Formats: sequence, C-alpha cells, structure tokens
Amino acid sequence: MLGSNTAVKLRTYDQASPRYAANEAESEYLLEILNVSKGFPGVKALSDVQLRVRPGTVLALMGENGAGKSTLMKIIAGIYQPDSGELRLRGQPVSFATPLAALQAGIAMIHQELNLMPHMTIAENIWLGREPLNGLHMVDHGEMHRKTQALLERLRISLDPEEPVGHLSIAERQMVEIAKAVSYDSDVLIMDEPTSAITEKEVAHLFSIIADLKSQGKGIIYITHKMDEVFNIADEVAVFRDGAYIGLQRADSMDGDGLISMMVGRELTQLFPERTPPTDKIILSVNNLTLDGVFKNVSFELHAGEILGIAGLMGSGRTNVAETLFGVTPATGGEIYLDGERIVMSDPCLAIQKGLALLTEDRKDTGIFPCLSVMENMEVAVLPTFSGSGFVQQKPLRELCEEMCKKLRVKTPSLEQCIANLSGGNQQKALLARWLMTNPRVLILDEPTRGIDVGAKAEIYRLIAYLASEGMAVIMISSELPEVLGMSDRVMVMHEGEVTGCLDREDATQERVMQLASGITAIH
Amino acid sequence: MSTVIENKTAAAPLKARRRIPTELGILLVLFGIGLIFELFGWLMRDQSFLMNSQRLVLMILQVSVIGLIAIGVTQVIITTGIDLSSGSVLALSAMVAASLAQTSDFGRAVFPALTDMPVWVPIMAGLGVGLLAGVINGSIIAITGIPPFIATLGMMVSARGLARYYTEGQPISMLSDSYTAIGSGAMPVIIFLVVAVIFHIALRYTKYGKYTYAIGGNMQAARISGINVKRHLIIVYSIAGLLAGLAGVVASARAATGQAGMGMSYELDAIAAAVIGGTSLAGGVGRITGTVIGALILGVMASGFTFLGVDAYIQDIIKGMIIVVAVVIDQYRNKRKAKR
Repeated sequence: MLGSNTAVKLRTYDQASPRYAANEAESEYLLEILNVSKGFPGVKALSDVQLRVRPGTVLALMGENGAGKSTLMKIIAGIYQPDSGELRLRGQPVSFATPLAALQAGIAMIHQELNLMPHMTIAENIWLGREPLNGLHMVDHGEMHRKTQALLERLRISLDPEEPVGHLSIAERQMVEIAKAVSYDSDVLIMDEPTSAITEKEVAHLFSIIADLKSQGKGIIYITHKMDEVFNIADEVAVFRDGAYIGLQRADSMDGDGLISMMVGRELTQLFPERTPPTDKIILSVNNLTLDGVFKNVSFELHAGEILGIAGLMGSGRTNVAETLFGVTPATGGEIYLDGERIVMSDPCLAIQKGLALLTEDRKDTGIFPCLSVMENMEVAVLPTFSGSGFVQQKPLRELCEEMCKKLRVKTPSLEQCIANLSGGNQQKALLARWLMTNPRVLILDEPTRGIDVGAKAEIYRLIAYLASEGMAVIMISSELPEVLGMSDRVMVMHEGEVTGCLDREDATQERVMQLASGITAIH
Repeated sequence: MSTVIENKTAAAPLKARRRIPTELGILLVLFGIGLIFELFGWLMRDQSFLMNSQRLVLMILQVSVIGLIAIGVTQVIITTGIDLSSGSVLALSAMVAASLAQTSDFGRAVFPALTDMPVWVPIMAGLGVGLLAGVINGSIIAITGIPPFIATLGMMVSARGLARYYTEGQPISMLSDSYTAIGSGAMPVIIFLVVAVIFHIALRYTKYGKYTYAIGGNMQAARISGINVKRHLIIVYSIAGLLAGLAGVVASARAATGQAGMGMSYELDAIAAAVIGGTSLAGGVGRITGTVIGALILGVMASGFTFLGVDAYIQDIIKGMIIVVAVVIDQYRNKRKAKR
C-alpha cells in the first residue's frame, strides 16, 4: 500500500489522523507531483510525470484521450497508487491509501462520470458518509438541510436540498457534484471535465465559482478538452501526451495553435474538413413528429449527403427526437418517411433494418457493454447479418472488426481486451465502429465527440464528412456550437420540445443559434 | 475510408491473444477437494476415494440432474436474472411425465386410460410442462418488468403446489421399462454432457449466445443495438424451464417414481454451481464449462462427506462455507488479474 521505497519518511493519512495543519513547511506550491509513474496491464499510463499547483491558481490539464490525465488525477485523489514517484502537499511528502485519506488531507475531486445516488436527496448525497449527527448519534436531518441550503446559496445554485437527485437534469447533477466537492472545503480541487454535460449558462456559473475559490487561495486542477475554457480561466496549462508530461504554458503567453500541436505532437491543419455539398435526394422526411409531454411538431427533411445539426440546450428535446426516430421511444404523433415510404418506428430493431444508426449520448448508460470485449462490443449490431444459420461467422466478423479498428484508430491491445479498460475516446470510436459496420444510410450522432480529445475529434469530423460525401445522411446533435456550425449544412434549433428555427449554413452564427436555443427572439 | 483517415501514429497491432481459460482456477479447486478427500480417505477409512469407479459414477449420476438445471440457470443469471423455480418445475414435470408413463399392470394408475403409452408421450409431456413454466416466467418478467426474483419465486411456490395437487401428494410408481431406461446406466450422464456441449456452443458461437451476454452486460445498450430484449429474455427463461423439465424426466426415470417432493432446493444448488463456476450475479459473465465444474465440486463434496461418514447436517454447514469461500477466492483472483 505504501511506497516504502522513498528515503523520506512518508506521512500516511488514515481515518483517525487529523487534518494537515497548514504552514508546516512553507512551500511555494500547494501540491507537487514528482516523477510519478503508473502502469496498467499492457499500458504504461504514466511515465515520470511531474506537476505543480500554486495556491490561488487554476492549472489546466490538456491532452488527448489516454494521455494519462485522468490516471494522474486518480493518483492524486488516492484512487490509484503510483508505482513510483512522490506526492508532496505543502512541501511534505504524502501518500494516500484511499480516496478518504486524500479527502481528509484536503484534496477533493469532481469525477468525469457522475457518482450520485439517484434515490437520495441532494442533501443526503452531499453529506454522504459524513452526515451531521445529533446527540443520540442519529442523522440530524435539520442540520444537514441547513448546511446544504447554505452551501447551495453560497454557490448560487437554486435547487431544493430535499429534491431527489434522480429528478435532476444531468446539468443540475453536475452542479450538485461541484457543490459536494466544494463542501469538503478542500485546498486542492480536481475537476475532470466538469463542463462536458452542462450548457453555457452553467459553465459561466461554474467559472464564477472557480473564481471565488481561487480568491480563497485554493488550488484548482482543471482537466478539459475545450480550448476556449482554458483561455477563460486557466493561469497555467500543462500538456500531457501518451502518459508523459510534455510542457507547461503560462496564461499570459498562451497560444492556441502551439497548445494543440503540443497535445497531438503534430500539426493539425484544420479541425473541420472540407464538405461536399449535399444532394437533392430526400432520404428521410419527418412530419409533425410528436412525443407527448416531451416534444411536439418536429418536422424536417434530410437529404442524402447532408449533415443536419440539431442544437439546443440540455432538456430541449434534441436527444428525445433522436430516440424517437430510432424507435427507442415510439412517437405518439406525426409521420416518418424513409425514401417516401411511411414507417412506424416501433423499436430499434426495425430502425436498424431500415438503415438507421444511433450513436447514443451516454456512452456508459446506453453505449458500451462494460464487461464484454472490444470485439463483442463492436459486433453486436451486425450479428444478424453474420449469423444466417444461427452460428456466428467468427472469421469474417473478426476481419471486419480488425479493419474497422485500424480505420478508426481504436487503440486497444487486442480485440479481446475488455472495453472498460479503454479510454473514453477509444470506447467512443469502438461504438462508432459498431454502427458503421451496419452500413447505415441515416447516421444519428448524439454528442459524438463528448469527452474526446482534439486529435480524435478532427478524425471523427473527417470521417463524418467523408461518410456524407459518400451519400450518407447524418443528423448530428451537439452541445458544442463550433462543432455544429463547423460541420452542418443546416442547423435545426430546439427549445423546450419545439423547433424554434432552422438555419442554413450561411446564416448560422453562434449568436443566432443561442438566441433560438434560449427561446427568446428579443435581445439577449 | 482509409484514404481519409491517415494513420498518424500506428495503432497497436491487434493480435488474438490466447488467454489462460478462466475455468482453470476452479478446476484446480475441484482437484484439490478431490485430493483432500483422497487423503482423508486413507487416513480415516484406509481406502481410496478417487480410485473407486463405482463411487465416481454414482457421483456424476447425482450431479447430472442438478447440472441440467444449472445449465439453464447459468444462462438466466448471465442476463442478470435468476430462476428460483427450477426445483419445483422439476417436480411438476416429473409428476406429469410419470403419470403418463405408468404400465397397465398397475391397478391404481393416475390415468387408467392412459397407461402403456409409447415412451415419447411422457417425455414430451415432461419437457412441455417445463417449457410452459419457463415461457410463463419469461413472459411475466419481460412484459410486466417485475424482478425475476419475484416472478420465479411465485412460480416456485405455485409449481410445487401444483405438483402436490396433481395426485393429492401421492407418489406415482410402476413406470414402464422403456421410460425408466432414460434414467438407468449412464444415460443421465450422457444427456447432461450432450446438453452441456450444446449450450456451451450456443453461448459462445451463436447469435443467441452473443445476445445473452449483451443483455447481461447492458440491457439498454442491447436494445439500442437492435436486440429484441423482451423476446430474448422469454427465450432464455423458456430454455431454463425446458431444462428443468428435462431434469424432471431424468430424475423420475432414474427413481422409477414421480414424487411431489422431488428437486427440493435444487434451484439453490444449481445457482451455487453456476456461481462457483464463475458466473456473475451482476450479469454478462459466465460459462457452461465453469458451471459443469461447479456442479462437479458440489457432487464431489456430497460424495466425499458421505464416504467419510460426516453427519448430513454438518455436511450442509461445510457446504455453505465452501460455496462462499470459493466465490470469494474467485473474485479476489479476478480483481488481481484486472489490476495487473
């Protein structure tokens, strides 16, 4: 458990040890990571990495998927143990055997994946494991409520502490996670892509919270893939690539192109590829599609070779439209025509037969089979075509999977590797491969690049553009406006279950889309 | 497509790595337990435990019935389900099959008009009863969405009641020779092994198997990937029911009688066999080979304890502990493997 190979006597935190007293050894840095290495089966996740966090600053961490950022953060938060190297907190060497030890030492982490209990209330979730107790050693609900109320007020989050987390939107849950991390009153706060699931409004809110924390002298480590966020809040940017620390840029001398080439280790010519104009042939036509209580009267036409972007805030019904098109939640009204033929999309099975494919928004919930191999994850949608006799034709299927892995650059030690061991970006590529193997005519992508690094993004964009140029019709739902605007031939904007506008490529600007998405026609 | 996506950094070569079969560990446990009994055999009874073909045959015979159920239950557990009804369904199908397999020499047959039937009639009836119970289980679970634990608990109670009601608790005997032949000699073992091979192949090499694992891995993702989850669940539970029915036929043929108390708590032994064999109750993981070894472990323990003359109650105490310890060790092993 303990890295006893270091000469310095390590100070270990266990449940009983008190909070580290400040000023024990004055150091310029709040947290220092020195020569940390960590390996996993078949992968060297981190080799000889270093990082320093000053009090009162935001250190942004950037790098492609699998660069080792999340692994390093998990080491800092006590979830993983380093194979070698040293952690220093305020100049003192430390070692965290458990996440609890790290928390007690003043390091809190907001995870990329949400870790809240849906059936428990906001207050119960925030104080889980450290509930305030009354004289009888029973949970003091009143006190818990008051503390939560105060915390939420301080962070200007307008949620009821007694609301079950299951009733909240993903963005609201993310805000609860943030509140929970802040509630530990930690000195070091790690945020692993906190904005991947929230809209611009909440991002601005989060940034104001970060500014407050900064002014209180906290050190913040902020992992992100979004360049604009870095320019907005970071004081320093550390770049990782392939498990190694590449370098650091200071905020005052930051340069975007340089940053990207540091990250990918190569020049990125252009993020968004050239598009070939769509054809006139209508493949999919949707007429007044309605799902009672969720969205209504959605109509659009989709041409062969076209990319239709769907923009809108979380909860605007974008994802629901995709799910209804795909038969996951059959429509309660309206018509869907494919090649002029009316189709009642009753279940995903039919949708796949008709040539539709849906890459879902939530990789963990509705995408991967976590305990199955990469190949088993990829092959699942094409099994009917490879098992005419009931027996799966292993050899051609394996060849197809290998080919797709190469084409999409899925980084995996083997097709037998359990998919849960891959990085998020590689999981996403494997899922995209799953759908491309079905040769769809209409490809629906819901947040195709969420949590994916710049290099992989550019690849996915080029792939989408290529597929469209081959005549595939693409619907792309995304919260990232640059992506929607950069890729789409037309952008359909939704607000609270209704289409508020459909903009051609020339007319679609960030401002115009945001206006329509917030449902106001007046000046913002 | 390869023209658009340049290979900037060469992706790692995708080689099909040969892995050590996950069953190896549990197989070693089986041999280990066998050797322990061998040792105690020489120490306490001055004779060999393993070098007694009669005992081994008897042991495998006893394992066959539980093993048949366990093969069905394994598939149900892989889908994150559970089947508690298999022991009761076994009893019901044994009763129905036996009632149609009686000879006319017997004055008090259940159905005097239906004696001396060709042997396929009781077999089909027994299998049919099992299949029907499975279809009902699966349909209730798939259509209403109630937890499999509850649905099959209901079937467990009802099927046992029905088995007793069928003859008001009277055992059914005087079965035809052609029927009891199913249970004599090595037949049960052959049936068990054939069924095991069939479902081993089905799970690993067919669409049916792939879908079963996918549903257990992530039901929502399975649905979006075009799998008809409800229909598939009904099929899986029906197979489990069918195998319980088959176990009922084999058990009644071997005992040459049908009794409503047959197969009592067999469902728990079957679940234990599956879990000892590495099937995860969380779903998505499990193999027939593991379950067969798991069933053999239970068989070796029962046979070994009897051989040593251990009290039946104490047998149960030790059996319970060994089930838990086996799974703890297995889990620990898997965790270590995942970390390395």
